[in-house]
Amino acid sequence: MLDRLKKFPYEEVVIPILAVLLALLVGSVFILFVGENPLVAYKVLVKESLGSTRNLATTLQRSTPLIFAGLAVAFAFRAGLFNIGVEGQLYIGGFAAAWVGFTFTNLPRVIHLPLAIIAGMLGGAIWAAVPGLLKAKLGVHEVINTIMLNFIAFFLTDWLTIGPFHGNTMAPETGRVAKTAAFTRLYPPTRLNTGIYLALAAAVIVWFILWKTKLGYELRAVGLNPSAAEYGGINVAKNLVTAMAISGALAGLVGTEQILGLHNRFIQRFSPDLGFMGIAVALLGKNHPVGVIFAAVLFGALQTGSAAMDRLTAVPRELITIIQALIIFFVAAEYLIRRMIRHKGDA
Amino acid sequence: MVKVLEMQGITKQFPRVLANDRIDFDVNQGEIHALVGENGSGKSTLMNILYGLYHADAGDIYVRGEKVQINEPRAAIDLKIGMVFQHFMLVEPLTVAENIVLGSEVRRGPFLDYKRAAEEVERLSAEYGLSIDPHAKISDLSVGLQQRVEILKALYRGAEILILDEPTAVLTPQEVDELMEVMRNLRDKGTSIVFITHKIREVLAVSDRVTVLRRGKKVGTKKTSETNEQDLAEMMVGRVVLLQVDKTPAEPGEEVLAVQSARVRDKLGTLRVNDVSLTIRSGEVLGIAGVEGNGQQELVEAIVGLTRIESGQIIFNGVDITGWSPLRIKQAGLGYVPEDRHKRGLILDYSLADNLVLGLHSEPPFIKRLGIRDDKAVQDNAERMVEEYDIRPPLPNQLVKRFSGGNQQKVVVAREFTRNPELLICSQPTRGVDIGAIEFIHEQVISQRDQGAAVLLVSAELDEILSLSDRIAVMYNGKIVTVMPAHEATEHKLGFLMLGGNLEDYQGEGGNNSVR
Repeated sequence: MLDRLKKFPYEEVVIPILAVLLALLVGSVFILFVGENPLVAYKVLVKESLGSTRNLATTLQRSTPLIFAGLAVAFAFRAGLFNIGVEGQLYIGGFAAAWVGFTFTNLPRVIHLPLAIIAGMLGGAIWAAVPGLLKAKLGVHEVINTIMLNFIAFFLTDWLTIGPFHGNTMAPETGRVAKTAAFTRLYPPTRLNTGIYLALAAAVIVWFILWKTKLGYELRAVGLNPSAAEYGGINVAKNLVTAMAISGALAGLVGTEQILGLHNRFIQRFSPDLGFMGIAVALLGKNHPVGVIFAAVLFGALQTGSAAMDRLTAVPRELITIIQALIIFFVAAEYLIRRMIRHKGDA
Repeated sequence: MVKVLEMQGITKQFPRVLANDRIDFDVNQGEIHALVGENGSGKSTLMNILYGLYHADAGDIYVRGEKVQINEPRAAIDLKIGMVFQHFMLVEPLTVAENIVLGSEVRRGPFLDYKRAAEEVERLSAEYGLSIDPHAKISDLSVGLQQRVEILKALYRGAEILILDEPTAVLTPQEVDELMEVMRNLRDKGTSIVFITHKIREVLAVSDRVTVLRRGKKVGTKKTSETNEQDLAEMMVGRVVLLQVDKTPAEPGEEVLAVQSARVRDKLGTLRVNDVSLTIRSGEVLGIAGVEGNGQQELVEAIVGLTRIESGQIIFNGVDITGWSPLRIKQAGLGYVPEDRHKRGLILDYSLADNLVLGLHSEPPFIKRLGIRDDKAVQDNAERMVEEYDIRPPLPNQLVKRFSGGNQQKVVVAREFTRNPELLICSQPTRGVDIGAIEFIHEQVISQRDQGAAVLLVSAELDEILSLSDRIAVMYNGKIVTVMPAHEATEHKLGFLMLGGNLEDYQGEGGNNSVR
């Protein structure tokens, strides 16, 4: 038991929490600027995001894609890769899922839904494996290639949506996904859907892969010290591609959940930068699946509460964007926080 | 004799260790006082307190008879105390003169008076016999010369008490000799030097007095002339230490490794191993002596499969393994202790237990079905190794980066030796490792040999080569110059060959052995 306690990663938990508190503290200065009481504003924020079952459901619905996106970034990061391409991968994955959804119309649900999910994962995986392969074979940095592939994914899905797969509406969107391929709504009228279960399951699977399998041991070894991994008989190139593919599959699930759970069709540029938010979520969650879940829920809650805060107080919803940025700032400025803790320890 | 420095009852408590426990230490005017002890014995802590980087919890410091408070390096510098760290603090693109005056520039108006700065540096360097060109760029200087710049920097700021923190750790043997010459010069000019090291030979070669620390406590201070190697080693380790490895003559068996006309280029395309052939039989140790950078590392990396060889063959137990992957060679029966344990040998952010299975992690018993890890097997393995190889502290879940250098090296040795490899390659196996661990590792190498392993030992320490090897090869400029039975080799002879001499020209210790 004592050994358990000792193993608990205090710093890994304390620092993100302190970062959030500091961000809220600095955020309250901005609230004072607009002439509002920070305590009142934050109370509204908490109440409207967590205060009732319905609000909680909305928060979880907004958290779902962030969990997938955070996991995608965190997984690649554990293997030493910075996947900035989640945004592009989620469009490709989302489109693949949508295509399966609206193309096959007479499949039973038990086959159709899993097929659509797998298609979404595959789409993301293939899109992410390309920069993985380029890094492994040619040494081209994945940051460059994932960013460039983002643009290709945006315009490719633009064209597919308004071109060959345009639905019978005036909007830039495809036809509807068959009911047999849609996630089930859990708490109407909120849009919370069974995708949340899939997200939690994904977190468990990511944790299992990273810490309980040979693959995870090798991936993390490559991320921490490729030279030693190479001597340890680990095929560095192969692991880079695998890590990117799995990261991409998770990114594909972001799009899949949004299409099959929310929009029920592929809408051009549907994502409000979910892939980029994933970077922030992974950072705050310290690249750990449990941390990612907490961080995603926090960001989901902030978004949910911000609309109400905007409506009920003089504080504009943009404040939440500022607070999110501040959280990232303070997590990144970890050194600063560490020093604050140390000094307290000294005295 | 005048005491320029006296530290009394210095005590420093760190969160979990008592780094200094009531330590008394003094330095006379114009002496070299060696401060020795194993890693973690508290010598650096003591000197960091003197230089104002740490604050002592208790104890007094007297400089030139006056009690002083040193709260920051500035105060130490004002008291004419200078310190040269292991890691240099130089601005690479700037010249020697610019670096030396940095922070206390001679100015003409708002501008640096570079000409006067250079003259000043030239004068100082001539005075102390340092022979440094003030106009040279730091990035063009060798490590040894950069160190002199650091020394000069301290002198420029008026240092009369000079602390050298493990200055020899980064130097080649020749550079060590030169540094010692510089130290003697400084002493004769009246500078007092505190020389931190854990190499006993260096203490005996250059110091006037020596103070030994062990686990934060002072063991004693002696005149160097009144002590010897064995005595100091015992003081450092706290028990009798075997400086000479106890071994029986080798009984070589079958040929295990044969390298045939190997050529290896480095990443830049330079030929680093030029037509090398060698053989090792089971039950013998072949030592490769050589100044570092003469192709030893490239040769070793080619044998273990980390570097491609351009031409030639590597035969292991009669099988041509040229071009095999490191994993495959390892599985065929290779154990390898790499030169740089931080780069190749360990994953510092992995636990002890995880490091102990690196390379074995994909095989039973560490993997169950479907590529799932058997945590219990990994844990049991770690507990067994910790016991068998005396790795301290015995915490399998502790990250490896938190262990001392000696214990980290034991982790690598434990992992590589435990399966009784048929071929064992040890590259600088005791670099940066303290005496107790060196003794242990040497015993393990000989024990592997006696169990029938063929051992290839690469080391820059001639002592190590001479005491462990059965045959000795000398490598120079990418070639094996000569191979001789160990009993024919002497330190002097090897030194001559390592610098490019020919065996035919060697005229014995007294002879005229200039290298052409």
